[in-house]
Amino acid sequence: MKKRHQTQGQLALLPKANESKPAVPKPVAHKLAAPPKAPPLEPGAAPSQPPRPKLARRATAEELGLKQREISISEFFTKNRHLLGFDNPSKALLTTVKEAVDNSLDACEEAGILPDIRVEIHELGGDRFKAAIEDNGPGIVKAQVPKVFGKLLYGSKFHRLKQSRGQQGIGISAAVMYGQLTTGKASLVTSKTGKGRPGHCFEIQLDTRKNAPNVLSDSEVELDKDHGTRVEIEMVANFVSGQRSLLRYLEQTALANPHASFTYVRPNQVPLTFPRASDLPPKEAVEIKPHPQGVELGALILMLDETKARWLSSFLSSEFSRVSPATASEICKAAGLKDTLSPGRLDRAQAEKLHQAIAAQKLMAPPLNCLSPIGDELMRKGLINFLAVTESPLDEEEELPLTAGPATPQPAPPVEKEEGVTAGEERIQGKAFFISTVTRPPKVYRGNPFQVEVGLAYGGDWPPDKTVELYRFANRVPLLFQRGACGLTESVVRTDWRNYLLSQPKGALPVGPMVLLVHIASVWVPFTSESKEAVAHYPEILKEVQLAAQECGRKLAAHIRKRQHADYEAKRRGIFELYIAEVAQSLNKLTGKAESPIRRDLLKLAASFTGQDSQGSDDETGEPETES
Amino acid sequence: MARPIDKQTTAKLEKLGEEAVRQVKRGINPFVQVPSRTLGNVRYNEKKKIIELGNDRQKRLFFNVAQAKKFMQTFLVGAACKDLIKSGKTTSIRDLYYLTKHTLGKTQQNTFEEQDESDPIIEDLEVTVDALREELHLFASNKGNLVGGITLVDSGDTIDARRMGSGGWGVPSIVEADTIQFKKCEAKFVLLVEKDAVFRRLNEDRFWKKHECILIHGGGQPPRGVRRLLHRFNQELKLPVYVLVDNDPWGFYIYSVIKQGSINLAYESMRMAVPSARFVGLSSFDKQKYGLPNNVTIRMTDDDDKRAKQMLGYPWFDKKQWRNEIEHMVKSGIKLEIEALSAMGISFITEEYLPRKLRDRDWLE
Repeated sequence: MKKRHQTQGQLALLPKANESKPAVPKPVAHKLAAPPKAPPLEPGAAPSQPPRPKLARRATAEELGLKQREISISEFFTKNRHLLGFDNPSKALLTTVKEAVDNSLDACEEAGILPDIRVEIHELGGDRFKAAIEDNGPGIVKAQVPKVFGKLLYGSKFHRLKQSRGQQGIGISAAVMYGQLTTGKASLVTSKTGKGRPGHCFEIQLDTRKNAPNVLSDSEVELDKDHGTRVEIEMVANFVSGQRSLLRYLEQTALANPHASFTYVRPNQVPLTFPRASDLPPKEAVEIKPHPQGVELGALILMLDETKARWLSSFLSSEFSRVSPATASEICKAAGLKDTLSPGRLDRAQAEKLHQAIAAQKLMAPPLNCLSPIGDELMRKGLINFLAVTESPLDEEEELPLTAGPATPQPAPPVEKEEGVTAGEERIQGKAFFISTVTRPPKVYRGNPFQVEVGLAYGGDWPPDKTVELYRFANRVPLLFQRGACGLTESVVRTDWRNYLLSQPKGALPVGPMVLLVHIASVWVPFTSESKEAVAHYPEILKEVQLAAQECGRKLAAHIRKRQHADYEAKRRGIFELYIAEVAQSLNKLTGKAESPIRRDLLKLAASFTGQDSQGSDDETGEPETES
Repeated sequence: MARPIDKQTTAKLEKLGEEAVRQVKRGINPFVQVPSRTLGNVRYNEKKKIIELGNDRQKRLFFNVAQAKKFMQTFLVGAACKDLIKSGKTTSIRDLYYLTKHTLGKTQQNTFEEQDESDPIIEDLEVTVDALREELHLFASNKGNLVGGITLVDSGDTIDARRMGSGGWGVPSIVEADTIQFKKCEAKFVLLVEKDAVFRRLNEDRFWKKHECILIHGGGQPPRGVRRLLHRFNQELKLPVYVLVDNDPWGFYIYSVIKQGSINLAYESMRMAVPSARFVGLSSFDKQKYGLPNNVTIRMTDDDDKRAKQMLGYPWFDKKQWRNEIEHMVKSGIKLEIEALSAMGISFITEEYLPRKLRDRDWLE
């Protein structure tokens, strides 16, 4: 937790700090400059002094000072690219696509456009690949394109509290930087913002020393579509298959974004299409002001510095949610500060008092309408769509060979409900699945509203003896890595699935033919790192996930029980049917009445006595009824 | 279908089938009402001193997993019996088992897996349609032999029971008056012994000749034929019946079955029970009385103990003498076989034990 806030604070300060003095680099020299401690004297060891390392003076403070200089954020991340998800070539393509798709989806959502996203991976020979991502989003205005793609920590989403996929403005520029680092080539960005307007095409590189874009070329191009953006990045990478492949990422992204359609062009295989499951764009997430109790002291000081409010009380009531002017006065009073104090004048001690007063003040929970969950119905649609298109998600053995011919599974025909499917079951590609979804009411952690959703699909012909497939999502973005370190995983593990008729080894995910989807939507998802791969273990979040999982589990258990009952009834019917021929024949011999009508009547009765709800006097205890 | 009784039985079976067909037509779960042959549904009739079947009936439903097979089997046996009657043939219950046994559909299952399954179904059918086994043209395998001062006719053949060699005349399963007629009787009483070995000893010693009796054994628990014959001896020839069994709970129960009928065949008690039957031995007190050595005794098992205590609960054992008898057995924890008497000499039983018992009227009723 602490780490997150440090990082967050650091990042928040960075862009500003760049202009004045170096903030990030911790001068390593300080360690050496510390006054050497005299070694403790051991009694009686005076004549032969302990061998002391001979400390020859190597450089003076002045000499060191010459080497001390600013480190740009780009340089920092060039060396620490694992923080951004570019730790190895296998992850590079996935991270690139992920960052671009996140941006596309966010942009479309804000513009109210139903996204059509095309992802292309082209094999260029050797270990070179070209990733191209194209959307039908609102486009990016000409002046902003270079900065969006060629400058780290540049974006629209950082300085606000709003549920979105991207947060920090690092991702896509990091991809551009990675491509440049591994191939030396510039990335190609094309964008068009509206009908009749020209499209612009840029060749962009990133000047890592300055953390600034370097535009190699800029031309107007003719584009067919009205608006949209396409980015092409060449890089050294590995095209991998399996659980963490691009395919899995796209499947899951489609699952969590049923309003979007995806086309995936992949090397050596036929393109794959994930059709839109719903024509309703998600509810737009509303931007909110921070809740005062979710703000750290450092951030508070920063806000005090930056506010346009003239008085402390108006600062509180205008910059935060849930603070009325009256409450603001109460807080000031509690902090022993004047209402009319100028916010910029508060010193650190006063700010701390204010922070404490805020913490002590009773406040309403933050507004919760700022969240945009997938929703029960759409989660169900997404799951159905996912099951229809997916290429056996649970079968790692059947990984797609990279060099395979065109004979790969085609996108499934549209899903249709069929007669004769047990209630609550969906028949998808000829297999019956039980689907259950739960959207929890919004809750708050550390002043941040969040909302949890859990969905599951059970059945089909998935192996019953394998661990369930857990799909984690944060703001509709699939989390493919660091499953074990993620709070969402922990919640699922903590849930006792044995109550819901699944087996579950101790301290592990349950076992069964099931896909489990866990989604957290929040204005600020607490990730454990910048690569956004795992959600931090906040008790409030863990509890909500667990509650949602339990609710889904209860529905699942009811279904499993119903199915067991149906199986049992079928077994009973089998027994009866086996005997009916005998009984009919015997009755024919005894009464001389024709055999076949008797048999027909008995079969009819057998069906009704073993129907869905077995009514009748037929108790199954095996104890015959006794009449006196 | 010459005999009128056959017509009646056939009608009873047809009625059973028609009732089921009617139920099926009406769309209800077809069932048969089978009188329950359990301890809970038998009554000891104090006046007649026999065990009688109560009125409890079990509903045997077809559409009930636990009862479906038995339901099917009941009708299978019923139909087979109708065929037997129609063709005028009589067969053993083992035969019927093979007659009705076949595989169901394409499964590994059979209509009956064991004869143990079909025998109770036959008994169920008997009580359900109220027809005797012989009326269904069925009989059990022969068990039990007889020697002694009686001449009878068995299916037209005259049998002089005094000339039966060492094995005796095999008592058939069906001993009704139309099969067996009594021609001449010189015996004064009937002695039933539990087992064949004792029967042979007594026959070899010509006990029946000396004491003018009919000697009969049933090979353990006597079959229906033997019991029915005892009943007829007692009723028609007015012969008293004496019973010699092992001194253990199972021996006591053999006596009890002869005297007042069995729980399983309670519906036949009135044609089989001999309420005046007397228990001559072995008594729990005989070891002492006849000075039998300790080494001939057998330790009672837990089962024996349980069975003995169970019998104390039967109303027909609720007599002072019997309580003493059983309680003494339970207390001493030992039991005796009839053969234990041989410890006193091979013919001790013929020459000492039985004569003394009969002379001293040392028996229980």
